[in-house]
Amino acid sequence: MDAFISTASIVVSSALIYAAPLIFTALGGTFSERGGIVNVGLEGIMVMGAFSSIVFNLAFAEQLGSWTPWIALLVGGGIGVIFSLIHAVATVNLRANHIVSGTVVNMLAPALAVFLTRILFEGKGQTEIIQQNFGKSSVPLLKDIPIIGQIFFTNTSAMAFVAIFVSILAWILLFKTRFGLRLRSVGEHPQAADTLGINVYFMRYAGVMISGLLGGIGGAIAAQSISLNFSHSTIAGQGFIALAAMIFGKWNPLGAMGAAIFFGFAQSLSVIGSYIPLIKDVPSVVLQTAPYILTVIVLVGVIGKSEAPAADGETYIKSK
Amino acid sequence: MTHKNERLINLLVPVLSVVLGLLLGAIVMLAFGYDPVLGYASLIDGAVGGPFYIGETLRQATPLILTALGFAVANTAGFFNIGVAGQALFGWVGSISVALMMPDLPKLLLVPLCLLVGALCGAIWAGIAGFLRAYFDTSEVIVTIMLNYTALYIANHVVRNVLTKGDDATPQISENASLRTDWLTTLTDNSTLHLGLIIAVMMCIIVWIMMQKTTLGYELRAVGMNPYASEYAGMSTKKNIILAMAISGALAGLGGSMEGLGNFQNLFVQGSMPSIGFDGMAVSLLGAGNPFGILVAGILFGALKIGGVSMPIGSDVPTEVVDIVIASIIFFVGSSYLIRYFMKKFKRNEQKLIAANGTKKGVN
Repeated sequence: MDAFISTASIVVSSALIYAAPLIFTALGGTFSERGGIVNVGLEGIMVMGAFSSIVFNLAFAEQLGSWTPWIALLVGGGIGVIFSLIHAVATVNLRANHIVSGTVVNMLAPALAVFLTRILFEGKGQTEIIQQNFGKSSVPLLKDIPIIGQIFFTNTSAMAFVAIFVSILAWILLFKTRFGLRLRSVGEHPQAADTLGINVYFMRYAGVMISGLLGGIGGAIAAQSISLNFSHSTIAGQGFIALAAMIFGKWNPLGAMGAAIFFGFAQSLSVIGSYIPLIKDVPSVVLQTAPYILTVIVLVGVIGKSEAPAADGETYIKSK
Repeated sequence: MTHKNERLINLLVPVLSVVLGLLLGAIVMLAFGYDPVLGYASLIDGAVGGPFYIGETLRQATPLILTALGFAVANTAGFFNIGVAGQALFGWVGSISVALMMPDLPKLLLVPLCLLVGALCGAIWAGIAGFLRAYFDTSEVIVTIMLNYTALYIANHVVRNVLTKGDDATPQISENASLRTDWLTTLTDNSTLHLGLIIAVMMCIIVWIMMQKTTLGYELRAVGMNPYASEYAGMSTKKNIILAMAISGALAGLGGSMEGLGNFQNLFVQGSMPSIGFDGMAVSLLGAGNPFGILVAGILFGALKIGGVSMPIGSDVPTEVVDIVIASIIFFVGSSYLIRYFMKKFKRNEQKLIAANGTKKGVN
């Protein structure tokens, strides 16, 4: 029994550690696409969030102590917002193809971040390891519940619980507020929204910028809880997995959260797989490719064609 | 706007994008206290300053031209094949596997066989996305992104567990499988230039003929322009979707074979997707999907990439500046509306000026 509990505890806590950045970024993607802007640039936004949070963390760790990673999180989010403006300007004003623009974001981010790293750290392509990071923490009260407390709430990722909380907030924002209704209308039928006096361009900017905020935070979490430094490989595909989680979750914040937790679990399996008796013998390549193959299977089998916001990926031209 | 003007603008957009991208790179260099003149001088020197550097530039351009052609074929038929990187990687895996399996086959047989298997591997990998798009209407963008990562992990698995016993790189391929030849090596002062360049140029011509002069090319273009109309005209949309993706993947796979048989001569564990995928997409966008445009754009990108390696040596400028330049070039190509808008405005002002001058003359 004890062995089971400790194994389960390891599985859950590492799944949550890997899930937290994915949840935030997938939520970001949801806002962007609900507003009608396809955002394959999430990966690049995460890179900028990861880079800026690590630089901030290294610079201010002595003054801010254990607050450092949390404030660095907001810095990562802020830089994400600024960086996402490239995508917003290109897709909303300059009528660029959304995927081309997102690809530019993905190409630009690592180049820019590594360039700046070289300037800030004497020509080196990667930073030092941060001292103040998101360690493991336990949730007060809940950790005292027998068995469940030990599995789910002891020595786990605090950020994952913040992420789950933010997912619920995002769902309320998207489906229960005026802002959410307007954002969704712009993604479904921009012409109609425009006729009703909704500022289509403004709402689309808002959607992309929220994706920048949440994606930047996602990158900052990944950097400060998994890699603990910044290099070109700190973010390697998480942005694309988050994109998959968003589609898996049918462009719904709660669905995206669930899918992100699942992907976090799948990602962590390839890392901790050797500790778990049942899957020890499964070749690691199966565990590594599982999230991607599953996404394709779900796309084919479960998700109908009409699930994406109707005007997702279409440039809206006001005079048309 | 007349037809002739439109063609001129279509040519000016990529040229202006390159100029703007280089300008932005210069601004970045200036902003961080580097000398852009020295930076670009060392870039040019490292790209074309002697036969060795020219050879390296052309070698770098070779796979880019092929992956770009692959991206362009799918794009003409209306598909965004973001998976060229994964398809190229599979081409690489296929070629190297054959080369290692039959190292003693005569060169005249082994090289074509390796290339064929490489192209086939790419075609199958892209064909999956085409098949799913044709029969289940799943977005090829998402599927190819997912297939990219699947390819990455499978390729690494193959290196470690199939082609070697736990090593991170395969042994070198035999001389019989190599695309390198003595005469190209001596001609370019011991550069790594190989026969792949000739294959890439040939493919440019073949793809151009296929797209412009054959029924198949016509159908692919028609499906790309209006799938409903072409279905109504009796073309099989499903067949064309799968075919377009398979041809696209075959070209991307060939690009990967170039890395394997020509450049690296082996296969190794990759930390991320091979850069020839996304760079190939960039080349294709810059070349406006035209095979000859792609040839020029591919050589330009090859020069930027190879020249970029020399930048830190000659001028202290980090080589990443080149990637910033490349990304911004694509930004300007993608946002060509901006360039078109200013050009139309410029033209209108000019016409106004001419009209004003005309009336003046009339008065006189």
